[in-house]
Amino acid sequence: MRVELVKRPQQSALFSALSPFIALLLTLLAGAVMFLFLGKNPADALYYFFIEPLLETWSLHELAVKAAPLILIGVGLSICYLSNNWNIGAEGQFIIGAIAGSILPVAFPGFQSPIVLPLMLLMGIVGGAAYAGIPAWLKARFGTNEILTSLMLVYVAQLFLDWLVRGPWRNPEGFNFPETRNFHAYAVLPEIWPASGRAHWGFVFAILAALVLWFVLSRTLKGFEVKLIGQSPRAGRFAGFSRSRMIIFAFLVSGALAGLAGISEVSGAIGQLRPAISPGYGFTAIIVAFLGRLNPLGIIAAGLVLALSYLGGEAAQISIGVSDKVARAFQGMLLFFVLACDTLIHYRIRISRRVVAAKPIKAPAGHA
Amino acid sequence: MLESILITIATAATPLLIAAMGELVVERSGVLNLGVEGMMIMGAITGFAVALTTGSVWLGVFAAILVGAAFALIFGFLTLSLVTNQVATGLALTLFGLGLSGMLGEGFVGRPGLRLGRIDIPFLSDLPFVGRLLFGQDPLFYLSLLLTAAVAYFLFATRAGLMLRAVGDNHTSAHAQGINVVAVRYLAVMFGGACAGLAGAYLSLVYTPQWVENMTAGRGWIALALVVFASWRPWRVVAGAYLFGGVTIGQLHAQALGVAIPSQLLSSLPYLATIAVLVIISRNRRLTMMNTPASLGRPFVPER
Amino acid sequence: MSATRENRAGNLLDVRGLTKLFGSLKACDGIDLTIDRGEIHALLGENGAGKSTFVKMLFGALEPAAGTIRWKGEEVRIASPGDARKLGIGMVFQHFSLFDALTAAENIMLSLDDPAPAGAVAARARELSEAYGLPLDPNAHVGDLSVGERQRIEIIRCLLQNPELIILDEPTSVLTPQEADRLFDTLARLKAEGRSILYISHRLEEVKRICDRATVLRQGRVIAHCDPRRETASSLARMMVGDEVQAVVREKPSAAREALLEVRALSRKAGHPFAVSLSDIDLAVHAGEVLGIAGVAGNGQGEFFEAVSGEVLQEKADAVRIRGKDAGRQDISGRRLMGAAFVPEERLGHAAAPLMTLSQNLLLSRCRTDARAFLSRLGIIRQGAVAKAAKRIADAMDVRKAGEDPEAAALSGGNLQKFVIGRELDRAPMVMVVNQPTWGVDAGAAARIRQALIDLSKGGSAVLVISQDLDELFEICDAIAVMHHGRLSAPIPIGEATYEKVGLLMGGARPEAAEPMLEAV
Repeated sequence: MRVELVKRPQQSALFSALSPFIALLLTLLAGAVMFLFLGKNPADALYYFFIEPLLETWSLHELAVKAAPLILIGVGLSICYLSNNWNIGAEGQFIIGAIAGSILPVAFPGFQSPIVLPLMLLMGIVGGAAYAGIPAWLKARFGTNEILTSLMLVYVAQLFLDWLVRGPWRNPEGFNFPETRNFHAYAVLPEIWPASGRAHWGFVFAILAALVLWFVLSRTLKGFEVKLIGQSPRAGRFAGFSRSRMIIFAFLVSGALAGLAGISEVSGAIGQLRPAISPGYGFTAIIVAFLGRLNPLGIIAAGLVLALSYLGGEAAQISIGVSDKVARAFQGMLLFFVLACDTLIHYRIRISRRVVAAKPIKAPAGHA
Repeated sequence: MLESILITIATAATPLLIAAMGELVVERSGVLNLGVEGMMIMGAITGFAVALTTGSVWLGVFAAILVGAAFALIFGFLTLSLVTNQVATGLALTLFGLGLSGMLGEGFVGRPGLRLGRIDIPFLSDLPFVGRLLFGQDPLFYLSLLLTAAVAYFLFATRAGLMLRAVGDNHTSAHAQGINVVAVRYLAVMFGGACAGLAGAYLSLVYTPQWVENMTAGRGWIALALVVFASWRPWRVVAGAYLFGGVTIGQLHAQALGVAIPSQLLSSLPYLATIAVLVIISRNRRLTMMNTPASLGRPFVPER
Repeated sequence: MSATRENRAGNLLDVRGLTKLFGSLKACDGIDLTIDRGEIHALLGENGAGKSTFVKMLFGALEPAAGTIRWKGEEVRIASPGDARKLGIGMVFQHFSLFDALTAAENIMLSLDDPAPAGAVAARARELSEAYGLPLDPNAHVGDLSVGERQRIEIIRCLLQNPELIILDEPTSVLTPQEADRLFDTLARLKAEGRSILYISHRLEEVKRICDRATVLRQGRVIAHCDPRRETASSLARMMVGDEVQAVVREKPSAAREALLEVRALSRKAGHPFAVSLSDIDLAVHAGEVLGIAGVAGNGQGEFFEAVSGEVLQEKADAVRIRGKDAGRQDISGRRLMGAAFVPEERLGHAAAPLMTLSQNLLLSRCRTDARAFLSRLGIIRQGAVAKAAKRIADAMDVRKAGEDPEAAALSGGNLQKFVIGRELDRAPMVMVVNQPTWGVDAGAAARIRQALIDLSKGGSAVLVISQDLDELFEICDAIAVMHHGRLSAPIPIGEATYEKVGLLMGGARPEAAEPMLEAV
């Protein structure tokens, strides 16, 4: 017996829609098995992980807080991945966006005006885009592998942030803790609905960004260009599109969105800079992008699912005492299943028994 | 002083060399596995945990190799049998490895580990200056050099190595010639995983005998860059690994000496050096094009 | 006929009812065929008739769904190319199964099942290459070799196994007529040694010339077994195609025309190690003219196409001129806007994106020229207008497809090529540049495409056709120039062109040396 892939004549629309759900289901099953090994009741564990966080209003707000950066980064990455640019350094672009956006409230705390917040957001966007521009330029100019350069820059960004908050930007009144001063009131991204929870405007930005990019990708020539260059670079060149301009474009867009996510997180959810401002949003967003099948609308849903896994990790730690690290393992597993299920879109899987000997068939009439 | 620096350079270079040597074989067969970091960190936690619980360092080393290979098998199944995108699947392997190792390693944080001992070759290791450097290292140091020689011999002097290179150059032709492309690649991928697992164990059993979350700190990615830097030639990987070992140890010594440069900047030197090296290599397009395995990263579905 | 064959005991190979399915498509449907010792047996059929599928099953590269294979009277199962080689079946592939990054000797070693020391292999290879007149450098990297040299490696690799049956898949499609003659000498020598040859081709003249028997396939079935020497080329063609293919109608071009496409002193350095550099190419294509560029594959045709189309820009603006204006610094969109249209060689992945629908693929080459019709403000695509145009093109070119707007990869080669050509014709371009217009296309579609190109030129456009298929060029061109090693000969008016003359230029002969060399051959 062996497993064979048979190419479908056309991509399967059915499995395009179904595959993320199959992947989620498989992840839950695998998760149940994992909890069994950890000595926990799988039903309980999955309940605390995936259901409990959805039952209270404040916790739905937390979901939006976590989903905002995931969606923002995820939709940006979808432009990159659709155009075959492997930006895996969104975590670094997020950090640099957060730093650039924090210049005003941290270095110039005296400058207090309603214009501070828009400027901060703008600077965050520019910072993230500029940082993404480095691997983009190196790839467009020299053909340097963007996967490795963008990733290396994550480590550099983390160290740079570490240096800032321990050195020049350390809060003078902070008892030597490695953190900056708290942002003043003009520098805080407001909550959407302060009465019920913490969700801030970053979530609105995320939804808007997803809608705009969905429209661009599905309806405009630019979207066509992104997908064409990604699927077949030579056909893209034949169409008259420039591959190197697309590299720059895709990286700048995704860097800008990661930067916006960074400054929104710092200004909306944290209120200051610290050595660690992200629980790996930039990497988890890679999973979000693929779970959403690189479609911005799908990415909204996928961002909520992955945000839930963060919340669930925290909830499960409190209620049943499993480590919140379980969430990271879950997320990695989910990406495996997503990729495996995507195979069904392009191929049918045939399980065949090996024929032991070619069997003689009908003697044609001429030989009778 | 200089001698001790050289010795520590060797300990910093050895894990990079082992992991890169494994990935080199994988890429020579036409597969790009970006999961080195994930397999390496799984090797690190496995090696540490098994050594600590059984009391045998060598058991830890073997367990790490096995787990590395098993992790690679997941990658192999997805990319070779289900023909998933190799870049995305490699990323998934890294993310999964980092998450799972953090979960498994929680109970081991802060516990003192076991260290793999040095081998002192009698008399020779007492030679001045070079004695300790060449004849008093840990066993895996010697293994890493042996591994390089073995890979070089395998690739360029054996029939199996020729087949592996053929598969990496043109999988369609290899299939038409009757070479089982998928089987060759499975073996290569698992070899790469075993090497990455071993490299991880080196970190947690030799380099710094303890468990710290994310302790690979990007070394798996640097190993990937080394393969490109070496233009897929085994002995050039040695040069690259020692160059990076030198940068790592150099900045550590600079920090220890209290040089008036922020320690974070010094710590980021290996990463910046990686970028610099990649740029220098990629500027020479002819060299890259001549040496890159032509099937690298391309999906293959045999027609039957 | 079959009864007499059955009684003959000397069959080397006897195939009955061999069948292969790809999904619901019967690529081979119950094929019967016998091969005697010491015969050259032709397997005829047009593209898609099932020839390649059939021989891949004989060579163990594909697994048959049904049927039996008898080798020297014994039923065998050939599960892998290794099995085939052990039996004594060797194969020379059409798209060579060589490894560019390896040396000739390494390529040869790979096909030997018994590991042999490299030195011994090289020595034996040298011996064979001398014995059969196939010169070869064992240490050369295959990536640096010409197609003819690569084919020699394939043949020597095959001969090292000492095969009793040699399968050759379209061996002359990449050779100059003179190289093909040399190949026929080698084949005659092999036949004289008692080896059998299964010779796959769609070139009828050469089959008539060298083959003892022929089996004709059409749509996966055996249509006839015959003696090609007793048939005419047109009777063989009828068997292959089913009915008469309409001959292409061509008229003499009118005199006094303006040059619509000019190339002046075009040079280009090779961009990567396996590319060909172009040197000093001059040409002019006039209104109402079809100019052909002949040449063996890999002599710079692809590089030339990139340069003329504007996929790669030129240093000097006047290196390429379209309708009297400098176009050398214009990119491909700019050149399209000047009235030119282009069709590259690769259909999937260059002319069309495989996973995109036909209407998206229409947009691919026409998003700039037809921006007004296909795009509204802000670059929003007017899906309705694009779909309507795609339908118009499909109807005009008789593109057969499943569904309203299928993905490009779902179409057969011939139908996709009709669409890709029709996409450009729909614009009525003044200049049309086509690379390999009918490569791998069935006879019906090929005739339609050639006629469409001629009709376009009759309407006053300039057409430049790059092709490896000499028959095609002689059929549709007003003049033929030859590309060799990145240089282009002066065009030969069709009235003065002969296969010999063009063939010698394809082999690299200087025009003035053509006559004496012809005698030497």
